[in-house]
Amino acid sequence: MSAGKNLHPGINLGHSDPAGHHQAEPVMFGFWIFLMSDLVLFALLLATYSAMSVHGVAGGPEPRDVTDLASAGIETALLLLSSFTIGMASLANKYHDDGRRLLQWLGLTAVLGIGFLAMEARDFASLIAEGAVPQRSGFLSAHFTLLGCHALHVAAGLLWMAVLVLQLMATGLERALRLRFMRLALFWHMLDIVWVAILTFVFLYGAAG
Amino acid sequence: MNDEDLPQSEREDPRREFRHILMGLASASVLTALAFFLAVAKPLATGWLLAALGGLALVQIAAQFRFFLHVDLKKSHRDDLQLVLFAGLVIALMVGGSIWILFNQHARMG
Repeated sequence: MSAGKNLHPGINLGHSDPAGHHQAEPVMFGFWIFLMSDLVLFALLLATYSAMSVHGVAGGPEPRDVTDLASAGIETALLLLSSFTIGMASLANKYHDDGRRLLQWLGLTAVLGIGFLAMEARDFASLIAEGAVPQRSGFLSAHFTLLGCHALHVAAGLLWMAVLVLQLMATGLERALRLRFMRLALFWHMLDIVWVAILTFVFLYGAAG
Repeated sequence: MNDEDLPQSEREDPRREFRHILMGLASASVLTALAFFLAVAKPLATGWLLAALGGLALVQIAAQFRFFLHVDLKKSHRDDLQLVLFAGLVIALMVGGSIWILFNQHARMG
């Protein structure tokens, strides 16, 4: 009966694996605590950015000079689609025991994530080529710190995916891997939520302000 | 477990959860497209434009929490909901406070 109740936010294993469902409660709660503290880190980097983008330009490039909306649009599409595909992977994780479908959705998510990182690397390279380097001004330091911190998180998520794929291929979809995947999915969704804030307060504000 | 033992509402889990994820993608796409349109076409004065963009971001963040992370006010486990809400409060206090103090400091130095 309690298998029908949600024990944590996110997709619950529920009736598809009642024992795993109960094991999930403490580990998922612990992971939520990490996610929320990570969110505080990003919020403070964003607060620093917002002050620096107004008062920390130091005569150098301004937010509108370093804003490439076309590139930001492609990055947003890639990351949003990858948030959707990891949601589909979550359904595969819950309802399909053989792990093949999970691997397919996970692979697609990884490809989208790699595309996102490649676009960001291109953005950074073109900023550096224009002389808009982090040491130029407080604004650019804040810009690179905020975006770099997010990109590092995405890279960590990709590494996590690679490790999970190797484990899946070695052992099949065991319960421990199911629970690990559920935490990865929360982490990945959270990175897209952080990106919504970055897109708005860095890129759209840069273009509109 | 045999599906037939379950009440109707729980048997529909896969479809309901798929619909949720699809709603997440659709709402995020629409809100993002609207935000890009506002930033490019600039139909409002700057102050209102920035406020509208900020509002759209908050709505999209709430939508993604609802549809992708499945945080909702009814079925959530108490502790988790309180954790999320408390984190929201901490973030509002720290971000609001930081911005207030940094801008105030700058004004005093000018």
